[in-house]
Amino acid sequence: MIRGGTVVDAGGRRRADVRISPIDGTILEVGPDLDPGAGGAGVIDAGGCLVTPGLVDLHTHLREPGGEEAETIESGSRAAALGGYTAVVAMPNTNPAIDDAATVRQVLELGAKALCDVRVAGAITVGRAGKQLAPLAEMAELGVRLFTDDGCGVQDSQLMRRALEYAGPLGVTLAQHCEDQALAGGGHLHEGEWSSRLGIPGIPAEAEELMVARDIALSRLTAAPVHFLHLSTAGSVELVREAKARGLRITAEAAPHHFTLTAAAAGGYDPIFKVNPPLRTDDDVTAVKAGLADGTIDAIATDHAPHTQEAKEEPFDQAPPGMVGLETALALALTELDLPVERVLALLAWGPAAIAGLTGDHGGPVQPGRPANLTVIDPAAEWTVDPDRLASRSRNCPYAGRRLTGRVRHTILRAEVVVLDGEAQR
Amino acid sequence: MRHLLSISDLGAEGIEEVMRLTDSFVEVSSRAIPKVPTLRGKTVVSLFFENSTRTRLSFETAAKRLSADIMTFSVGTSSVSKGESVRDTVETIEAMGIDAVVVRHRSAGVPWQVSRWIDASVINAGDGWHEHPTQALLDCYTIRERLQTLDGRRVAIVGDIKHSRVARSAVLAFSALGADVTLVAPPTLLPPSLAGWPVQVSHDLDEVLPKVDVVYLLRMQSERMQEALVPSLREYTAGYGLTRRRAAQLQDSTLVMHPGPMNRGVEIAAEVTALPNAVITRQVANGVAVRMAVLFLLLGSGTGR
Ligand SMILES: [Zn+2]
Repeated sequence: MIRGGTVVDAGGRRRADVRISPIDGTILEVGPDLDPGAGGAGVIDAGGCLVTPGLVDLHTHLREPGGEEAETIESGSRAAALGGYTAVVAMPNTNPAIDDAATVRQVLELGAKALCDVRVAGAITVGRAGKQLAPLAEMAELGVRLFTDDGCGVQDSQLMRRALEYAGPLGVTLAQHCEDQALAGGGHLHEGEWSSRLGIPGIPAEAEELMVARDIALSRLTAAPVHFLHLSTAGSVELVREAKARGLRITAEAAPHHFTLTAAAAGGYDPIFKVNPPLRTDDDVTAVKAGLADGTIDAIATDHAPHTQEAKEEPFDQAPPGMVGLETALALALTELDLPVERVLALLAWGPAAIAGLTGDHGGPVQPGRPANLTVIDPAAEWTVDPDRLASRSRNCPYAGRRLTGRVRHTILRAEVVVLDGEAQR
Repeated sequence: MRHLLSISDLGAEGIEEVMRLTDSFVEVSSRAIPKVPTLRGKTVVSLFFENSTRTRLSFETAAKRLSADIMTFSVGTSSVSKGESVRDTVETIEAMGIDAVVVRHRSAGVPWQVSRWIDASVINAGDGWHEHPTQALLDCYTIRERLQTLDGRRVAIVGDIKHSRVARSAVLAFSALGADVTLVAPPTLLPPSLAGWPVQVSHDLDEVLPKVDVVYLLRMQSERMQEALVPSLREYTAGYGLTRRRAAQLQDSTLVMHPGPMNRGVEIAAEVTALPNAVITRQVANGVAVRMAVLFLLLGSGTGR
């Protein structure tokens, strides 16, 4: 039983204890002052804490298969559980790419033993090469609900149109990493003041916005839903806001680093701050925050992208882009966004659960009969980020030394306490 | 000062100090035996991941004239093996006991990374498109040799600013010493943003030339055509080359400078390099004394670390 907390879900907040069943992994009873039973065994303290549906990450690079020196499904899922996530969507830019049923099955099997639910995003094109449609139906049959070539966008407009048309009857959503490769021109940093000063080839905001605009048009053309991954520019947010106002089937996510950091962070040439899309400007940060506040952006997604220390010690223009994020996303959102807790949790739990097609299992509501996938958050706990203490196998965290408020205390996966008092239990 | 990564590490005062030191090392260089024992017992490593025989030799000559020991590591020799990381390379070198490492790399920022990994002084000998501070220092020295000061002087830097480490360092150094800097280039060869750059911009070389005290030409590389930055070298020369006809518009006292290596007939006409005010060979000659000054500043007793 989870005792003494305040339950927060899409229905609002109320003081309530939650009794869960380790036998079938569900919630048995929710209410104020439940009887803890004889001796109080099995009571988890949630005093002063929020008891919420488990968080859902739409955008996790677990690196397995092929990148196990940076992360494994096991280590990544431990990081996720410590970050309050009960479900993550594993991105398909592995080696080999997750672009057929066999690879989907392999990742799902490895994920079955993980510390959180591991769902899979399939590639839109074979090998993520942008040439030939991947077997979307075959993967959808295994439960894949999101498809993306993340790492790059589908450059060919006709191919993207066909993919959207073909995906329609499968009931799945195509998700785009928006970047016009020709305009991005092999850049490594947001094109602007800092790229110019540092002598690093830049990626203009318009490289992202072109593809956002194109895919909004293609969604209109095909009537298929499109999800935009990691929006990073003011222009992209505005395009999505307009498209939603016109009733188009568009959803969007933003990553914590795009509302907490700017290109200035890369001023010392530390590739820890290299990410794609790149860190942008103060105005972009402000626009992303506004989009998160007004519902233009539906979800905060980590884009957790582990890389080895060796890789992140390459020269800036050769190091791979990406930052780890699973263990800091919630605290960054609570600390840096001036939003009510309910809105932050909508962005981290029930918003992404809906986009990923996971509402049956994740994202709440917290009520009897529902799967006991829960996170207990201490919203007042202050802590300092120390990359060496992360559970991720990689250390490429850009927030070393940052003070944050709000921390995961317990994470419960199908009634199993996988994180207790901030410690992973396996 | 421990490292020389950027001109901004020096500021106006630091540049002035390098200029004063250079005066004395120019004197040393003119002696029959141009050698002083100043850095005896110190070890300087030249670590060139990108070939640049001119810059490497200039640094090595400077170190020798100060009696330092030199170790040379360059790509293509067995000493920097392919596949070894920059960090492994510099940590191996540092383990040999060294005092300074002179780093050239094709990627911007590598000297910054190296400075975080080792205790020795790091001197940036050119990093990607970013900076080449000793080039800017020798340019300052060369200008002062002829024009006494940079304060109030008007300098045009002409050509491929966007891809030029020479230009980035020169803008910082010239403006720190009080010069008015104008960048002259087609928009495609300018950095996307000049926010915070103390410069003016022109696309009309003919309009700028008669007004300047120094015209500084940058090397124009033919690969810029493949990137659709200019249609052809011919069109570049027509718009931005210092042709013989254009050179006639210069005041008699205007200096013509180029960091080398030159593409004669592209950014500069062969005849122009022979003008009395073309100080291109002075730039090269001053390079050794300026680099002696920098090594002394970082490693000499009583200063630096
Ligand atoms: Zn992406």
